[in-house]
Amino acid sequence: MSTYTPHTQKEVQEMLKELNLTSLHELYKPIPKECLLQKLDLPSGLSQFEVEKMVKSLAQKNRLYPIILRGAGAYHHYIPPVVREMSKRSEFVTAYTPYQAEMSQGILQSIFEYQTMICELTGLDVSNASHYDGATAAAEAYFMCKDKKRSKLIVSPFIKESTLEVLQTYINNSDIVVAPQNDFGKIDLEKLTKLFDDTTAAIYIEQPAKNGVIEDAKKVGELAKDYGVKFIMGVYPIAMGLIKKPSECLADIAVGEGQSLGLNLAFGGPYLGFMATKTALQRKLPGRIVGETVDAKGSKAYVLTLQAREQHIRREKASSNICSNQAHCALTAAMYLATMGQKGLKDVALACVSNAHYLKDQLLSLGFSLKYKGEFFNEFVTVSDIDSKMLLYELEKNDILGGLPLSSKEILWCVTETVTRKDLDRVVEIIKGGVC
Amino acid sequence: MLTIYQRSKIGAKSFEAPFITVPKYALDDKYLGKEETILPSVSEIDIVRHYTKLSQNAFGVDNGFYPLGSCTMKYNPKLNEITASLDGFTSVHPLQEEKSVQGCLCLMYELSQQLKAITGMNFSLQPAAGAHGELAGLMIMKAYHESRNDFKRTKIIIPNSAHGTNPASAALAGMEIINIPSLDDGSVDIIALKNACGDDTAGFMLTNPNTLGLFEEKIMEINKIVHKCGGLMYYDGANLNAIMGIARPLDMGFDIMHINLHKTFSTPHGGGGPGSGPVGCADFLQQFLPSPIVIKENDNYIFHKPSKSIGKVKNFYGNFLVMVKAYTYILTLGAEGIVGAAQKAVLNANYLKEKLREIYYTKGSCMHEFVLSMQKVKEDTKVTALDIAKAMIDKNIHPPTMYFPAIVQEALMFEPTETESKTTLDNAAKVIIDIVKKAYVSADELHSAPKKAYITRPDETLAARNPKLRIDLAKG
Repeated sequence: MSTYTPHTQKEVQEMLKELNLTSLHELYKPIPKECLLQKLDLPSGLSQFEVEKMVKSLAQKNRLYPIILRGAGAYHHYIPPVVREMSKRSEFVTAYTPYQAEMSQGILQSIFEYQTMICELTGLDVSNASHYDGATAAAEAYFMCKDKKRSKLIVSPFIKESTLEVLQTYINNSDIVVAPQNDFGKIDLEKLTKLFDDTTAAIYIEQPAKNGVIEDAKKVGELAKDYGVKFIMGVYPIAMGLIKKPSECLADIAVGEGQSLGLNLAFGGPYLGFMATKTALQRKLPGRIVGETVDAKGSKAYVLTLQAREQHIRREKASSNICSNQAHCALTAAMYLATMGQKGLKDVALACVSNAHYLKDQLLSLGFSLKYKGEFFNEFVTVSDIDSKMLLYELEKNDILGGLPLSSKEILWCVTETVTRKDLDRVVEIIKGGVC
Repeated sequence: MLTIYQRSKIGAKSFEAPFITVPKYALDDKYLGKEETILPSVSEIDIVRHYTKLSQNAFGVDNGFYPLGSCTMKYNPKLNEITASLDGFTSVHPLQEEKSVQGCLCLMYELSQQLKAITGMNFSLQPAAGAHGELAGLMIMKAYHESRNDFKRTKIIIPNSAHGTNPASAALAGMEIINIPSLDDGSVDIIALKNACGDDTAGFMLTNPNTLGLFEEKIMEINKIVHKCGGLMYYDGANLNAIMGIARPLDMGFDIMHINLHKTFSTPHGGGGPGSGPVGCADFLQQFLPSPIVIKENDNYIFHKPSKSIGKVKNFYGNFLVMVKAYTYILTLGAEGIVGAAQKAVLNANYLKEKLREIYYTKGSCMHEFVLSMQKVKEDTKVTALDIAKAMIDKNIHPPTMYFPAIVQEALMFEPTETESKTTLDNAAKVIIDIVKKAYVSADELHSAPKKAYITRPDETLAARNPKLRIDLAKG
């Protein structure tokens, strides 16, 4: 058992003596007796060796799949070794929020560089230092748009269920309107215009949508502009290597789940919510923002800035309650983007879209059909008479995590750069041999 | 320091994309981006040197004493980092079938049970940070009142000594904030509380020990007042480290709480996050917890949606790897270790406070942290709390929290935590006393501290007035 307390017995005695106390219990005199716990109901502590063994045995109870064809909000991308190693440096890991700029230039600069890369990725002017995840970033983006007159949030019918659930938790449900869909598996633009009125604060779509289909985001942006509605665009950052980014689609705010930028799947977290907007809205952004300034000698310096938005200054009038964010995940994402470079990101996006279309073609040749007609990025929904569960079970037997079953006939597949043609051919062979 | 963009060269790269083994697919041109995305092009060695350099200009618990009040900057055990890096956790997809993730689910279940033993409450581990847990907790409070068709309870009472997140979370939850004054020692003004309570009270938010590091000795009276008017008691768990294993928030009469795993349970703060802010509540409220929670059915662990759940507050299940670290920590310490850690945290705070009596004296004992007022020093010498804090930087000590709580003038809030040795505390006391003495002989030197840091004092006003929030790539 280790408590990680460095005191020797002798030192404890000396310290107690300094305080005119004879035992540690006396430190708790101010606590009323009726509140004191008689005995903490936990097992005794263990040695580090025992703990490591125990936790390892838990980790071993999880099934790992060398090939993953499932996405739906968590994406299996390759994480370059330099990212995995450098992000572990304990000066980054064990620091607090950089309140003391003089001691934290390294952390502040890493955030400033992250903000720059997020601005580049989204095409917008200003990024915050991160939010909890893509869904909470979307919810708080809505609060940036809402005012006394405009409170309605229109959402695409193809935003992820979990984003919608988080929005429903954060926002009055009477304010959320789900837009109709068209035959292509996208938001129906014609019907959308009928939903816009002078109480509409914002429209939120995800690009690509949850079914993998690429939305006509630019048209959504143009319509929103016509009606004075703010456009919040949730984006899959890897797709930004190829497809139109939020600025090109006239988005006012871009948010997204940054997990695919160098973060592990990790059973759902920690992930990274990124968030960027135009200069006009920068003072409504939630959370930390790093700015560049000069020090007393005129040298370049970074500080936390625009703090008049924040809870520790404004309390109930703050733009958000967020305090801790996902800084270390943001640092990792910045390392990932720096490692990839523009070309690397594009190459990964191209590998994803190509691999996905290859698997789609192979599955169609087995008699599967596509549920949606629209152009997709790296996720797509198949329909077939083969029982989804049975098919996925066959793949699992071969250490392959197949797509996400949506029903007994429908599966949402996701393909990334981590698989090769050989892997995909094997998938097809297994399906053909096992269940077709 | 050079920026990563300044290290960038056309043609340099550190990532070799996997060879595309299938026919390349050309997306419909109308979807393709035309605007350029400028990312750095840097060789691997330059990336390594860049981030090494940045890390050398960062300061974590591993670098030195970090008595940042309210933040519980205790040592982050290396074993936690090892267990959280196990492939069996890092490579698990969150949407795998439950039977294939029994290890993760068991860990979440067990951690909830550990937290229940320490606090008396039932937890959802979903919130990502303390403030996120607060928001979830207040949503539970609201949902509870509404479930009883009691729609008039829209007001939340918050002492003016509370953490800023308390009123900000309440506002986000759609509540009206009633600020009440505190007594000079930061404790609850019982008369003000009584006057504020009524049939429109949703609840009362309190951190105990309070933000001056003192235990609310009248906590039982306080909870009776709040409950009598029909309100609920919310416990801000930011200061739990002082009393873990010693007193449970449930037994103090609290109904809802959050825990900061990144404070109390030793998970690192990562320069601002990720944290983890489990939200907990008494039995009568557990059906309102955020969904999903993990329950045990026979020998299986499964996800469960509580019947009146406020819903999801985040994608998936929370910051899972942070949970692994907290679980590892609690297993290691066990019952005696948890109690021992709390005791040493309180011992260290009292010891440091005692050592500083020469410059500031407060009567009585504190819990895990204490607040010094530098008001007299300021009046005597014009040296401020800020100056003193900045001078500590030159001595390789992270400054305490400054100017909080606002009810104390020129406040410096110290929280040494239990993982600092007597030697460290003796040294820190000497450093602080020397600085204060220096204020009386060479104040100017302190006004311009720090001298040895990477930068001198930054111009924060300029930063806010003329915001430069990204690298100007046109200028480089």
